[in-house]
Amino acid sequence: MATVETRALRKEFTGHTAVDGVDLTINEGEFLVLLGPSGCGKTTLLRMIAGLESQTSGDILIGGRVVNDLPPRARKIAMVFQSYALYPHLSVAKNIAFPLKAQGAPRESIAGEVDRAAKMFGIERLLHRKPRQLSGGERQRVALARAMVRHPDVFLLDEPLSNLDAKLRNLARDELKQFQRRLGTTTLYVTHDQVEAMGLGDRIAVMSGGTVRQLGRPQEVYDEPADTFVAGFLGSPPMNLVPVDGVLVGFRPEQLLAPGAPASEGVGPAVPMRFAVERVENLGAGRLLYGTLPDHAPDQKIIVSLAYTVHSSIEAGRTYDFRMHESNLKFFDPGTGRRVPARPLPARRSA
Amino acid sequence: MTAPALARPGFVERAAGVSDSARWLGRLMLAPAVLYIALVVAVPFLMAIGYSFSNVTIGTSTPRFVGLENFRNALQDPAFLKALGNTAIFSLVSQTLVIVLASILAIALQRRFRGKWLVRLLILLPWVAPISLGSIGWLWIFDPVYSVINWTLRHVGILGPDSWPIWLGQPNLAMASIIGVHVWRTMPLATIISLGGLSSIPQDIHDAAEVDGAGFFRHLFVITLPLVLPILLVAVLFGLVFSVTDMIVVYVLTRGGPFDSTQVLASLAFFKSIDGGDLSGGAAVALFLLPVLAVCAVLLLRLARRAEVV
Ligand SMILES: Nc1ncnc2c1ncn2[C@@H]1O[C@H](COP(=O)(O)OP(=O)(O)OP(=O)(O)O)[C@@H](O)[C@H]1O
Ligand SMILES: [Mg+2]
Repeated sequence: MATVETRALRKEFTGHTAVDGVDLTINEGEFLVLLGPSGCGKTTLLRMIAGLESQTSGDILIGGRVVNDLPPRARKIAMVFQSYALYPHLSVAKNIAFPLKAQGAPRESIAGEVDRAAKMFGIERLLHRKPRQLSGGERQRVALARAMVRHPDVFLLDEPLSNLDAKLRNLARDELKQFQRRLGTTTLYVTHDQVEAMGLGDRIAVMSGGTVRQLGRPQEVYDEPADTFVAGFLGSPPMNLVPVDGVLVGFRPEQLLAPGAPASEGVGPAVPMRFAVERVENLGAGRLLYGTLPDHAPDQKIIVSLAYTVHSSIEAGRTYDFRMHESNLKFFDPGTGRRVPARPLPARRSA
Repeated sequence: MTAPALARPGFVERAAGVSDSARWLGRLMLAPAVLYIALVVAVPFLMAIGYSFSNVTIGTSTPRFVGLENFRNALQDPAFLKALGNTAIFSLVSQTLVIVLASILAIALQRRFRGKWLVRLLILLPWVAPISLGSIGWLWIFDPVYSVINWTLRHVGILGPDSWPIWLGQPNLAMASIIGVHVWRTMPLATIISLGGLSSIPQDIHDAAEVDGAGFFRHLFVITLPLVLPILLVAVLFGLVFSVTDMIVVYVLTRGGPFDSTQVLASLAFFKSIDGGDLSGGAAVALFLLPVLAVCAVLLLRLARRAEVV
């Protein structure tokens, strides 16, 4: 087990900066998820920590030791690639044994270790097969078994679930979390899928344009986004951002309470907020309402999501008295996008 | 609308059907190659087979069937046995060298370094330069009086004042020389083939091996080489068949000499039938290794398929 730390880590490719000054600390045994849109530098950051890519500047520490100049094999890390990168000409057993042999483990112990790893991931009966004879889910397990078999200090995973179909992905996500809990290995997990990030991470680091925008527990990042990027990236549909009197006011689609819906407890009083409904989308498990707030920003479209349990009848073309807990409103600077302190919501009642 | 107009859609459909059908299109595009091979390879080849069972010479007008006599004669001819041995040495030694050197070169060329394009160009040069031009250069390099090698070796101090090897004039040196030139000549193709094989391995595989802790030799012998093996085998197959059937290096540099020490089957067949006029004897010599080569080809193709990875 070990901590991983990056200090002002930068990576420049010819002409552009892929990772731009990342300070990140992963605690011992923690499951940290690196979340961000495609091309924001997640893989580059992961590969630098693995030692597969050299940084332009900055430091990487594993277990408190600077590993800047160590090759990958000296860093005591294991990596699972998006493509799984199983050795196609070796059987599953030999794939799993490869890191052990490379490490110079005693010959007698290798078979036992391979069996143990295979049992852990339920792939004992696949040991003699070649990777091309496996399904996507089985390949992923083999890749995980190969990664954990030599007890690395750190797991690095680059979108390991993205090649699985949606159903299998949910299952695999749950399993992955359990394995990590059981092993207690420090893990850095890269994904662009917010559901994965929310479900798996002890903490989430949201990245964009080569920098970490926010680092925090999943609920924290969801409830208290540090800027408009994080607010817009997490949640589906994402946070509504409404310009009111020179600030951006943000609230989640599910935070606007329909008439008759019960107010949440312990979050202060709810203030009235009129909502003009333009379109209703019934999703089965709930409803999405599209419309505007005529008293605050009549030109800004917003989305409201109603839970299945809210039965109020809502029709398009009418205006309703919704309510909102003031503590749920987040305020952002429209110039920088950063959070600014909460303030009373200035209402602009049309006379 | 009249009948022709009505008929048109059917015609267009059929025409489109023909060009759409991958099978017909494939056959159509293969046709020129097949025709070319039939005329330039198959016809002379069949003629050679016919000759080898007859007593035809340049000048005879009524060839007679003589069965396996030409082959029997060849086997009793010391010059033939010598050429057979030389062919084996020439092909096996040169192709072993080629495959080892080409793999090393290809692996080196995969890395990024300054001036890589220049190295690539230099390696490709023997392949694109006409062999006659290259061989003239080699003749000069091996020249008994002006040999560049000897001059260099003497100035470096490896060659004493009393020794002055005559590269193409001493039996063992002559064999070494033609092997050297043949390696120089066939290595570019093998290198390019190996490079193709190497770049077909996904980078992730190399990265995984690196992270898994493989050192240089484990990475090379457990991961990289087994993965390019099928393609290397193809290069070996090409090289072997080419070496056994090619005579140009021998013809230009030594003409088989001195004392037949560099005579290979291909050059012997040429001298026998074209220079000596013994068409049937030459054909028998030329065809002698055909079964061996055929078996060789089948074997290697089998191996290549078995080692196929993806
Ligand atoms: N070897 C390279 N040379 C030049 N640019 C590169 C290289 N590798 C990555 N980049 C660039 O760096 C940026 C970050 O790439 P990276 O692969 O880290 O993104 P990512 O966050 O992993 O995206 P994805 O979710 O699509 O995998 C991209 O703009 C990419 O084009
Ligand atoms: Mg990536």
